[in-house]
Amino acid sequence: MSTNGKPKFAMYWAASCGGCEISVLNIHEKILDVDANFDVVFWPVAMDAKYKDVEAMEDNSILLTLFNGGIRNSENAEIARLMRKKSQILVAFGSCACEGGIPGLGNLGTMESIFDTAFTTESTENPDNIIPSTSFASPQGELHLPKMYTALRSLDQVIPVDYFMPGCPPEPHQIEAVIELVIQVLNGKAHLPPKGSIIGAGTSTVCDECSRTRHEKKIKGFQRIQFIEKIDEELCLLEQGIPCNGPATISGCDARCPSVGAQCIGCYGPAVGVKDYGARLISAFASIIDYDDPEELEEILDSLPDPAGQFYRFNLAKSLLRSSKYAWNGE
Amino acid sequence: MSDKDSKQFEPVILGFTCNWCSYRAADNAGLARSKYPSNIRLIRLMCSGRLDPQFIIKGFAEGADGVMVTGCHLGDCHYVEQNYKTMARFKLLRRTLTQMGIESGRLKLVWASAAEGMILAHEIEQFVDEVRQLGPLNWPIWDHLPEIAEELEVVGEEA
Repeated sequence: MSTNGKPKFAMYWAASCGGCEISVLNIHEKILDVDANFDVVFWPVAMDAKYKDVEAMEDNSILLTLFNGGIRNSENAEIARLMRKKSQILVAFGSCACEGGIPGLGNLGTMESIFDTAFTTESTENPDNIIPSTSFASPQGELHLPKMYTALRSLDQVIPVDYFMPGCPPEPHQIEAVIELVIQVLNGKAHLPPKGSIIGAGTSTVCDECSRTRHEKKIKGFQRIQFIEKIDEELCLLEQGIPCNGPATISGCDARCPSVGAQCIGCYGPAVGVKDYGARLISAFASIIDYDDPEELEEILDSLPDPAGQFYRFNLAKSLLRSSKYAWNGE
Repeated sequence: MSDKDSKQFEPVILGFTCNWCSYRAADNAGLARSKYPSNIRLIRLMCSGRLDPQFIIKGFAEGADGVMVTGCHLGDCHYVEQNYKTMARFKLLRRTLTQMGIESGRLKLVWASAAEGMILAHEIEQFVDEVRQLGPLNWPIWDHLPEIAEELEVVGEEA
């Protein structure tokens, strides 16, 4: 408890884009309930705070920490450890913390290739050819920067996590429900779910929530959605040959994308019981291909040019393989 | 798993067979006293269509150097058309894994009827040789990787 008697709340971002923070503000007036019930002690995006202030806090003194972003460098890992020590309830908030997210796609290549793309390719304006390093001798003394890791890890691959709240970003109504639950728990009116649970999501798949009509699926090829002139407004997107990740993705978003004619990209992560999200999608996609001979099959598969990106868009760091061979082999 | 000092690298191969054709083909090979390398560990499924791509990925992640998927010939599936689905899943999975740096030669699809024990034995022998040429895959248990052990030490220090 802080001096004003309210429990403490913190939010931190590691390797992420900041969308999760915005999604928290996107709960509209419910944010006032957060303020009424919590004392926000650490939230780098929203307020000024120093790591040393957090270090000075007593262990377990923060009631609720929402941690978004994956672990890509030593700073991410250090703060993840720090927040774990200071927090009673630590939530992996958003796809990146839960399963690596978009930054996890970096695990398809080597760390060197990422640096090359960022600092030396033609599209980069870097005349002095400056490549970041972990130490820099400035006139005022030596400065140290965080070290980039070989691959990106999800939060639970680095520290124990209490709850997982998926989504890129999590939907406002789900955030509201979770905050409401924590407030209820504070008032003794509800209990927390078992540790390790996925919160703020459903128990079924996106397809189950999707209102589009479905038949027995048989497709003759995949099409990129932007090249389709007219998308059928009623029919299942996958039946139209649009690579929609709904079949393997956990429900909870109210099928927001498919309902407006955009395919599910799988941001909410694997459905309950799925060990490898990409493998399940491979199974789902391949099973509906309608072909008569192997040549035709190859042609149909050619219409899906980036399978790894399609199937592991958000999930690579948490998949069974966790990366490509190039990432650990360094070649 | 692999020992550089030994004369020959012996790959670990997972073999998935279907109850009605390829498992019986393997049985048939045994009855005919035909030999195939013991590198392959055969796992029987009711149908090759039962083969979840997760099994193959888990195999590679946990030490397999190659995976062979076998089933009835197209048109002969005991469950009518499930092996068409097997083939589609297999090819899509192989494209995905190739993109992730796993050589396509580490995955093989073979059709063998219950009478084709000799053919299956020959295919296994050939596949073991091919994977032997490719060398060990040695997919790492991520947190044990020497290159990142240092990173993890830093991570583990205060945790």
